[in-house]
Amino acid sequence: MSEKKTNRRDFLFTATYAVGAVGVGATIWPMIDQMNPDASVKALASTEVDISSVTPGKTITVLWRGKPVFIRRRTREEIVQAKSVKMEELKDPEKDEDRAKNPEWLVMLGVCTHLGCVPLNDKGDYNGWFCPCHGSHYDTSGRIRKGPAPTNMEIPKYEFVNTNTIKIG
Amino acid sequence: MSDNAYTPKSKFGKWFNDRLPLLSLANHLTDYPTPKNLNYWWTFGGILTFCLITQIVTGLVLAMHYIAHADMAFDSVEHIMRDVNYGWLIRYIHANGASMFFLAVYIHIFRSLFYGSYKAPREIIWIIGIIIYLLMMAAAFMGYVLPWGQMSFWGATVITNLFSAIPLVGEGIVTWLWGGYSVDNPTLTRFFTLHYLIPFLILGLVVLHIWALHVPGNNNPVGIDIKKPSKDTVPFHPYIVIKDGFALLMFMIVFAFFVFYTPNILGHADNYIEADPLVTPAHIVPEWYLLPFYAILRSVPDKLLGVVAMLSAIFILAALPWLDTSKIRSAVFRPLYRQFYWILVADVLILGYVGAMPAEGLYLLIARIATAYYFLHFLIVLPVLGYKEKTLPIPLSITEPVLGGSPNLVAARNKESFNK
Repeated sequence: MSEKKTNRRDFLFTATYAVGAVGVGATIWPMIDQMNPDASVKALASTEVDISSVTPGKTITVLWRGKPVFIRRRTREEIVQAKSVKMEELKDPEKDEDRAKNPEWLVMLGVCTHLGCVPLNDKGDYNGWFCPCHGSHYDTSGRIRKGPAPTNMEIPKYEFVNTNTIKIG
Repeated sequence: MSDNAYTPKSKFGKWFNDRLPLLSLANHLTDYPTPKNLNYWWTFGGILTFCLITQIVTGLVLAMHYIAHADMAFDSVEHIMRDVNYGWLIRYIHANGASMFFLAVYIHIFRSLFYGSYKAPREIIWIIGIIIYLLMMAAAFMGYVLPWGQMSFWGATVITNLFSAIPLVGEGIVTWLWGGYSVDNPTLTRFFTLHYLIPFLILGLVVLHIWALHVPGNNNPVGIDIKKPSKDTVPFHPYIVIKDGFALLMFMIVFAFFVFYTPNILGHADNYIEADPLVTPAHIVPEWYLLPFYAILRSVPDKLLGVVAMLSAIFILAALPWLDTSKIRSAVFRPLYRQFYWILVADVLILGYVGAMPAEGLYLLIARIATAYYFLHFLIVLPVLGYKEKTLPIPLSITEPVLGGSPNLVAARNKESFNK
């Protein structure tokens, strides 16, 4: 067999495999992507909450995208405590100003960043939240201070529609 | 193998067998030469097959009444328990069957560890077994989610969140697994589908497991290679069939005790509360058979490293045939390994115990020591032991120690060395 013939066949094989691989990939992708959030799940992306009845020191929990969101009206002491923490003491350094647009209101996902449990209010060594699952302590700004969680509790996208309403998402 | 010479007696049988050799297969399975010294620890393969079939049959029946929807799943399980004829029995068999399955598989695995059944030429049997074990854990976890109780929901949340530890793509993978931004209806329906699928994958792997077993044949308590068929073997039927059958009956007594007398003792009361995404139960604890790995996960203070340690604890088993450097299979002839073996058994039991306790104080310290020892056993002790250990002389055949004057291996061995 001449060398030229072999090359031509090799080329055809490679070209066929390549087209085949693209075809298989294009077929598999829809099978994988169908598991991602669907249109109806994405449609529930925002929710409006009435906060007029929340007094200082109280937390309300609302469900947003299937996850709890804590809306806490913080007391003066809690705000002072949250602002006075030195950045070096934090595992995931973040200023309180960057977490609470209006210092009186802390809006954050009530989901422990370790493995997703819901932390308990007014508990733990830092007067903030405590996760009962694996013992993570969060401060009054929802920042991780002690325990296995790697990061602070997440702040969702939110805005004050008016003084009594917060829109999350 | 003996079935090469097999020809069916009837004319039709011969005609059929020439076209599809099912009769040859049946003949191979009945005549299959088995070491004659197999003890009761060898009966758990048959028991496990029984467990798999029980789970498939009861599972099929439950699926006829269960509704995989976040709004209806919990109620449909209660409907099975209260309204469906014998629904309580079928569900209790299925729920306790999972625990019985794991009980049997742990005995099966530790039998293999004691008698060195994972060593050459049986590495592939062992690795297929580890894959089956992984699939069992996946099936058990997803099955536990289906009743949509509090433990179902939060167990699913915690376990799926393990994937979020993967750098960069972790969060995307978790959203993909959930089909949303939290564990919800899409998660439940896909878990139901996969929970239904996995047992059949296991069934296929069991066929490969047994096929791979029938190439070299069974290991045995003495751990030596034997000629097959020979004075050292007996045909599978009726000898092993009867022995397996008797052991299965004993096993079923234990099984029935749980089903009829304490059907909920292995579960968690929290799972009789419907799933609530706003409230996490005070103690999230997995089912007992996953506790040692849960203890390893929690003993590491870093999220990613904890997940890595937990997965390594399972995958390290797949490398066992190469980590154990000793040429001698059975622990009967390995005086040092025998002691380390029992330390490992104790270590895993301790891990299981601290896995059920809160991860703090003394429990955490014990969990860390036990985790460290677990890896030490596989990564240091086993490789070194193979070179350092002075093993006892092994007999040339299974029959030899018996004909040597005593059915007791140790006595026969002493006599042998005395004669020299």
